[in-house]
Amino acid sequence: MKTNTKSDDQLFEQYRKHRKSERKSVMFWQFIIFVVFFAFWELASRQEWIDPLIFSSPSQVGLLFTEKLLDGSLWFHLQVTLIETIIGFALGTIFGIILAAILWWSEKLSKILDPYLVVLNAMPKVALGPIIIVALGPGYFSIIAMGAIICVIITTLVVYSAFREVDENYVKVLKSFGANRRQCFTAAILPASFPAMISTLKVNVGLSWVGVIVGEFLVSAKGLGYLIVYGFQVFDFTLVLYSLLVIAILAAIMYQLVEKLEKWLIKNTEQ
Amino acid sequence: MSFLTLNHISHQYFTEKSYTKALDNISMTVEEGSFISILGPSGCGKTTLLSIISGLIKPTRGEVTLAGVKAEDAEAEIGYMLQQDYLFPWKTILDNVLVGPKVQRKQTAEVQEEGINFLKEIGLGNVINAYPAELSGGMRQRAALIRTLITDPKLLLLDEPFSALDYQTKLKLEDLVSHLLKEYHKTSILVTHDIGEAIAMSDQIYLMKANPGEIAEIFEVPIELRDLPPFQARKHLKYQLLFDRIWEELNSLENKHQV
Repeated sequence: MKTNTKSDDQLFEQYRKHRKSERKSVMFWQFIIFVVFFAFWELASRQEWIDPLIFSSPSQVGLLFTEKLLDGSLWFHLQVTLIETIIGFALGTIFGIILAAILWWSEKLSKILDPYLVVLNAMPKVALGPIIIVALGPGYFSIIAMGAIICVIITTLVVYSAFREVDENYVKVLKSFGANRRQCFTAAILPASFPAMISTLKVNVGLSWVGVIVGEFLVSAKGLGYLIVYGFQVFDFTLVLYSLLVIAILAAIMYQLVEKLEKWLIKNTEQ
Repeated sequence: MSFLTLNHISHQYFTEKSYTKALDNISMTVEEGSFISILGPSGCGKTTLLSIISGLIKPTRGEVTLAGVKAEDAEAEIGYMLQQDYLFPWKTILDNVLVGPKVQRKQTAEVQEEGINFLKEIGLGNVINAYPAELSGGMRQRAALIRTLITDPKLLLLDEPFSALDYQTKLKLEDLVSHLLKEYHKTSILVTHDIGEAIAMSDQIYLMKANPGEIAEIFEVPIELRDLPPFQARKHLKYQLLFDRIWEELNSLENKHQV
């Protein structure tokens, strides 16, 4: 048999080569899709297969991008939206976890609040936008509140169910040493639910972007959401697509950062 | 006065539709330094009884006293070892061992030193800073034993601590546990469904029957077996005799139940 003549090291080398070439091929196709998409978009726009007024073209978006980059307005709007999103995301996550901890603390309270949480979770939170803006004034506060409110309930529900799924026996071990409820929470429940909490972070990144952009639609003063609404009103769809592209890039970066944080946390809490 | 007294303990589990009687009128007394086994088929309320003794569950009737104090108030004096090790996966072995002192706010440099010495004594000296996932089942259960012993409990409750281990590891651990408990003169109650384990390890065996959980019979383990390490005890002639008696008793209980 031919394969048996190879040594273990050679087989390992072969396996590694195979893995490497597969990774390369995946990246290659990802790149191809990227290029083909933008090339086809450009071509279709120039040949007027699609209406260039509505769908613009990559070259026009690119021109606008450099122009905005040079006059500093890209940075201005980007910074506004980014700060709002990060604060909204952080507040929503932290309040969600605190709320989950309160529910865990008092089982009775959690039973009482259960139907309200279900309703609040099912309700589209962005519909609260107009009320929030009138209540908190059309500014940062309202937009941050939108970003936070959209992820707070889902965080509460997910983290609370993670708390409840922690093996009772860990608590039993602590109780056998005479631990009180607070000690059980900090020594067993909280660290055991860590993975679930990190995965809610990932969901919340996407959600808080939705909340903040909708908030900016409504407040319409500054930020990337404002640029989209403005572009729509003056029928400048190049501006709309440009804003969309910037948001996509930022959301992807933020997601990557959370993923890095996840890896770091797992490494530093378990190793 | 006895060290541990159970005075007419009964316990019911309530559900929406009905209730089940888990334990009915159980009384026992345990002398200081002795090793008791509670033997019985699954579902006879062994674990419930242990939880009641530990004070984690309050019985519907009756009371448990440990050295004159109610069990609920003596929680810190009682060590509890579960079927699995339940070491916290995010803590090192040493930190796991020191969980008890930490909870009781008694974590000092001496206690830490004691923990390290304990771990060395049972052959875990080289994995002090490892995480539970890196250890075998037997090593983990040994670490869990040290975690229980380090708070120096007056009473040790063992809830089938060897049931999740392979046979060889189980036999080795039986010897180790038996040796340690004798050395530190601990009073212990072992819950098990393994007849051999009960005979090899204990001084007295309480046989329980199910539905409702009651004590059916008490067996005294012959004095010759008590002083032998469990592995040696298993080879003794009297071990086999007692095994057969308990075996018959268990069978007759089962038959009575079916009729």
